[in-house]
Amino acid sequence: MEDAKKLEEFQAKIDADIKIEPKDWMPEKYRQNLVRQISQHAHSEIIGMQPEGNWLTRAPSLRSKKILMAKIQDEAGHGLYLYCAAETLGVSREQFLKWLHEGAAKYSSVFNYPTLTWADIGAIGWLVDGAAIVNQVSLQGTSYGPYSRAMVKICKEESFHQRQGYEIIADLSKGTEEQKQMAQDALNRWWWPSIMMFGPHDGDSAHSNQSLKWKIKRESNDELRQRYVDKTIHQGEILGLTFPDENLKLNEQTGHYDISPIDWDEFWNVVKGNGPGNRIRLAHHIKAHDDGAWVREAAIAYRNKMNAKSKIA
Amino acid sequence: MSEDNQGDLWEVFIQPKPGRPHKHAGSLHAYDKEMAMKSARDLYTRRQEGVGIWIVKAEEIISSQPDDSESFFDPANDKIYRHPTFYKLPEGAKHI
Repeated sequence: MEDAKKLEEFQAKIDADIKIEPKDWMPEKYRQNLVRQISQHAHSEIIGMQPEGNWLTRAPSLRSKKILMAKIQDEAGHGLYLYCAAETLGVSREQFLKWLHEGAAKYSSVFNYPTLTWADIGAIGWLVDGAAIVNQVSLQGTSYGPYSRAMVKICKEESFHQRQGYEIIADLSKGTEEQKQMAQDALNRWWWPSIMMFGPHDGDSAHSNQSLKWKIKRESNDELRQRYVDKTIHQGEILGLTFPDENLKLNEQTGHYDISPIDWDEFWNVVKGNGPGNRIRLAHHIKAHDDGAWVREAAIAYRNKMNAKSKIA
Repeated sequence: MSEDNQGDLWEVFIQPKPGRPHKHAGSLHAYDKEMAMKSARDLYTRRQEGVGIWIVKAEEIISSQPDDSESFFDPANDKIYRHPTFYKLPEGAKHI
């Protein structure tokens, strides 16, 4: 009975747009849902550094190298904000990393695609970050305080990411025929993965309804996906690029773009670990983690030594 | 290999400009004070967000409990005379 009353009070707070804070009572399912979503988000930021890091040494100018470095550093920061937000739910950083390494936790499937050319770095910024921003702007209004605050910070920093990507694509599309082709090829390969970033259709999404009721998410997958498509088409068209979808068309009645059916077999195949980069991404993260073990041990030994010293003095 | 240890949790407070109060910016993990300070700089002031940083170990923070908050804060409820709007002023009084 106690729980039913608490649940009712909890929902009343949510309905009144009062943020939930770490020490507040919350339903166990709410907590679990957030643990899953925020940690998945954090892992995505960290794993997302890999496809970009692939081009750091080969960025075409010092300017682009500096910018790419700053962007990757931001992604690390975003991952850390999010891990800290997730940890307020009573799960340790060590545990989150363990779940990632065991394959129990997911990260965004889009990072399992390879970055084959420099134009892919442009496409990631323009399309992948562009899609992420649509989602993250909406999540600023999430009901869990620490998650919401992390999102506000991330959104402020993220808009440079999308512009740097779009600038790369714009420069290439104004370049030689070969460069233009490179931009088009990147768009062809990244368009559908970026659309799939919003997840399954509303009717097929396992966590959607409850997440919306609890305001963990503020808008549905399909609403966010449509917003992303609507704002992106024009950006591609003014560069003279075409989208790899023969059914893409502005629907005069709805005022929105219609797209072809999404290839969900491809989506689930990559989610289940069979994408082009799943094994490499995870193996690389585990290796970096293991290779860094001695650094953590040394840092702990140093701290213990300094603590002992300060006690003597 | 020994058990993974990601360090202690620290809370970071940033002073955005001289004269302003420090405000909570977020948290981080670090193994000691110096590392916490450098990480706080790299994590929370990459875009000139601050001129000062305070850091405190999360476990050292004393916090009020949400469950008791109603009774804990209620001494203030019946003391509206602490607000200037409580007082009646004579017609025409100025600069008060």
